[in-house]
Amino acid sequence: MHGIFTIYMKEMEDHFSSMRFLIITALIVVIGVIIASMVGMGMQEELRGVAKPDFVFLLLFTSTGKLFSFVQLIGLLGPLIGIILGFDAINRERTGRTLSKLAAQPIYRDAIINGKFLAGVTMITIVMTSLVLVISGLGIRLVGVVPGADELWRLFIYLILAILYIAFWLGAAILFSVVFRSTATSALASLALWILLSFFVGLGGGFLADAISPVNQTANVQEMQESFLRNADIQRVASLISPATLYGDATSTILDPLRKTPRSFIMMGPLERLSLSRFQNPLPLLQSVVVVAPFMISLIAITFVCFGICYAVFMRQEIRST
Amino acid sequence: MEQETVIKIESLTKRYGAQAAVDNLSLEVAEGEIFGFLGPNGAGKTTTMLMLLGLTEPTAGTVRVCGYDPAREPLKVKEIIGYLPENVGFYEDMDARRNLRYIARLNRIRDSVSGPRIDKLLADVDLAKEADKPVGSYSKGMRQRLGIAEVLIKEPKVIFLDEPTIGLDPDGTNRMLDLICGLSRERKITIFFSSHLLDQVQRISDRIGIMIKGKLVAVGTLDDLAKRGLGLEAGEAYTLEEIYMKYFKEA
Repeated sequence: MHGIFTIYMKEMEDHFSSMRFLIITALIVVIGVIIASMVGMGMQEELRGVAKPDFVFLLLFTSTGKLFSFVQLIGLLGPLIGIILGFDAINRERTGRTLSKLAAQPIYRDAIINGKFLAGVTMITIVMTSLVLVISGLGIRLVGVVPGADELWRLFIYLILAILYIAFWLGAAILFSVVFRSTATSALASLALWILLSFFVGLGGGFLADAISPVNQTANVQEMQESFLRNADIQRVASLISPATLYGDATSTILDPLRKTPRSFIMMGPLERLSLSRFQNPLPLLQSVVVVAPFMISLIAITFVCFGICYAVFMRQEIRST
Repeated sequence: MEQETVIKIESLTKRYGAQAAVDNLSLEVAEGEIFGFLGPNGAGKTTTMLMLLGLTEPTAGTVRVCGYDPAREPLKVKEIIGYLPENVGFYEDMDARRNLRYIARLNRIRDSVSGPRIDKLLADVDLAKEADKPVGSYSKGMRQRLGIAEVLIKEPKVIFLDEPTIGLDPDGTNRMLDLICGLSRERKITIFFSSHLLDQVQRISDRIGIMIKGKLVAVGTLDDLAKRGLGLEAGEAYTLEEIYMKYFKEA
């Protein structure tokens, strides 16, 4: 434990004194102010003269305003924070020739990688917490609504989810920094993976679904419906490879209690539609958690798997001075 | 005088694929000795050191450092040894003092203890004036001396130096060698150092081992090697170079 703590402290010192911390801070300020003012202004107009809807405070984070919501933005750019914090964790020590020296000190070898990962997670926590606080603060000033206990809990769960999501990318970036000797290569590899998983998996899922089970254009309505459903299911399962999808699904009903399922596409008959529109009640907090639990657990699992691989590769690697 | 064996290596072998980097090496080094490990580049000197440190697992054979097995009890071994890798690196944007303090902390030395020790060590290696400059601005010789200070901060019993004088100018080399000799004489530290520079090995070593292509071809004091290698009687003139070249041609 002692070794982990010493390395953790040194890494935190490095993070705080480095240029990249300035970049991240700038990112926080810009994102926070833009989102809060954009969404806040929009809401001010929408809410004028209307009875206050439930969960108006959470709208600060989910309302798309003019461009995109905070939750979407983190889904898109959050990985960058993880990558910036982790892409050169190990190979920086290797090219600086400090790794063999470090490994010759009386600490377990895993202390090096654990300390670095923990320091990164702490940084992510600081960044995300301050972002959420900035937006909340600005939102309260601009819109003038105070969050209730339920909303604060939802926000807290969202915060944990977002930290996990970004921690996955931190783990992936550290893995690349273990595998590749050059910091430029590991940075590019992390970015490539980010683009692949965030943008192309959805497309790939569509192709896969069309290939496996194309939608039949037949006269038989029943048959067509079935093939349509199967196609949509395959597309969903395929896109679950992407942590961005997991993050999106996991946050869906937590921050937006009026949505009752993470799916965007629902097949329903006229009666169901009627009852759904008649009884527009928010899901209770516990039910929301139940709906997102599988996605949360998957997110935790892939984060741990990613870090686990990284750990295993690092422990087996030979450390030489050259 | 009865001397304790500090390093004991028995039929140590390390293979990378089919190629043996270290082949059936047996060696003992006594306490307080300066052991010079001589050999051309790629002879397996560094690999042997890494196995002594527990940074690389041996394929076969046993290693004991002060009675501990580096593969089984790496922490025990790392507590009592200091290692200066070839071309040692530092955290370039931190100054010498902070670099040393980090290593001290990793060795569980409290700041209150390490503070005065760092000042003394920096004075010993002639870096007191530059202690507050970032290490990135240091010359090669200064870095190497800082490396020695870093090794000494944990007050080790054994020091491993991998090519400690490579790339240094004549003056820097002299200072380095004097420093190493001083450590052995004054603090009774066992020193195991590798080099391919013959005159330096000859100058400071108590005993010499010659390693060629993973095999230890000769080991002993300079006189022993001369007697056995060249067939000379005591008192006849020779240089280490003659001995070395003879073994090198044979191998």
